[in-house]
Amino acid sequence: MTSARNNLLVILALIALWQLAYWAIGDLALRPPLDTLRKAAALIASEGFTAHLAETMRAFALALGIAVVVGVGLGFCLGMSRLAGEVGEPLLVSFYSLPKITLYPIVLLIFGIGMPSKIAFGALHGIMPIAIFTLGALRNLPPVLGRTSRALRLSRWQSAWTVLLPAARPEIFTGLRLGFSLTLIGTLLGEMFASQRGIGFLLMQAIGLHDTDLIMALTLLIVAFAITASMALLAVDKRLRHGAA
Amino acid sequence: MKRATAIRLALIAAIVLALELLTRTGIIARFVAPPPSEMVAGLWRLLLSGRVQPAIAQTLGKIAIACASAIVVGSAVGVAVQRSRAVADAMAPFFTAYYAVPVYAFYPLMIAIFGVGEAPQVVIGFMLAVVAVVVNTINALDRIPRVLRKTAAVYGMSPLEAARRIYLPHAGPYLATGVKLAVSYSFIGVIGAEFIMSRVGIGHEIVFAYNNFENEIMYPLILFVLLVAGTVNGLFYAWEKRLLSRRSRS
Repeated sequence: MTSARNNLLVILALIALWQLAYWAIGDLALRPPLDTLRKAAALIASEGFTAHLAETMRAFALALGIAVVVGVGLGFCLGMSRLAGEVGEPLLVSFYSLPKITLYPIVLLIFGIGMPSKIAFGALHGIMPIAIFTLGALRNLPPVLGRTSRALRLSRWQSAWTVLLPAARPEIFTGLRLGFSLTLIGTLLGEMFASQRGIGFLLMQAIGLHDTDLIMALTLLIVAFAITASMALLAVDKRLRHGAA
Repeated sequence: MKRATAIRLALIAAIVLALELLTRTGIIARFVAPPPSEMVAGLWRLLLSGRVQPAIAQTLGKIAIACASAIVVGSAVGVAVQRSRAVADAMAPFFTAYYAVPVYAFYPLMIAIFGVGEAPQVVIGFMLAVVAVVVNTINALDRIPRVLRKTAAVYGMSPLEAARRIYLPHAGPYLATGVKLAVSYSFIGVIGAEFIMSRVGIGHEIVFAYNNFENEIMYPLILFVLLVAGTVNGLFYAWEKRLLSRRSRS
């Protein structure tokens, strides 16, 4: 309950800061919170917005699905053997920290402009953090779990599914939380750079037209979505951790 | 450890070789990707021609500024926030949500505040990097055991002295994680900003080449960015690992 109150206080502080920034900078590139909220409401109600939103959400959902499956799978492949983990981890980490936006032209050349590129780019951002966290989670498991599944003569698949996954779930979920955020930004970036539909496209168009009202409204919607989702995932995360103990 | 490194290098070599074969035989079409050997040769030629050096210098300079200021500001904010448990806890969900926000959306705002020069790109890089430093500073300070704080108090150390003699040595490896992330995020931020909306820098050169279908320039430049970012990140990764392993030995 106190955490909900604290979160509310932080949100209020952010809005106050925003209003102050508006008073300091002026009308040139900022809009006050209330106006932005009104514009965002009008935007949601406006015709055609739902189509853009649906497009982005579909791309994001598919990208996230791919990122989760491939990321967790990759993490398990590397995490279940010591040597494979040692070989793979530096590769994962260095790929994770590269400026992936430079790879976008290559993604476009391979997948063409449109939906597949967005999904690929979103998944590209999400896979690595999920794989790295899964790998770390498996490595930190007590060795007794591995010995137990060997004593029970479980196959690799069985031991991964019935022993390792449940035991490592809280930490894997932390990786999913991060992967969620990064997949979202990857999808939006994909839309900003080369797309004819979606929220990212609207944002890029607004930037091109210097339509500050629209930029602010879209950014507000994206930020609100990201924060809400992040809080919900954090709550699940906390429950998983306490439930596991 | 040695064996893992050897296997890793072999794996990378195998991937490059496979790519070379696939492009040479035409299974991967030429307009999608040229063979790696040609990319390297193209990069060599490009660097010799001196055409891209100004863009490279500019980009690296911006990254250095963004990264350094993110480390300084981020550490200060982290220390300040960590003093109150309630504030640090209340901020946690916002820190994770932060990386889902497309910072590039604030680019027009940056231009309005900082002008059309290079400052907006530096600020974008800074904005991406600073939160990682804040988060890791908080994390590092959280890990300092109570007993060390008490020891500092018992010896009557001033905060600065305690920081230098006790906190920094103890929290060093975790702070290094923040520094490492700051480096890679300022790379991502600056190059991304150049990529999307700028007239200068190596990110812009890549987009320019892409728009003109100049694969023989685009691929060497992408290779260059990946090599530089990969090397720098790799060095910081190794540095962090060394600090961490020294910690576990002592």
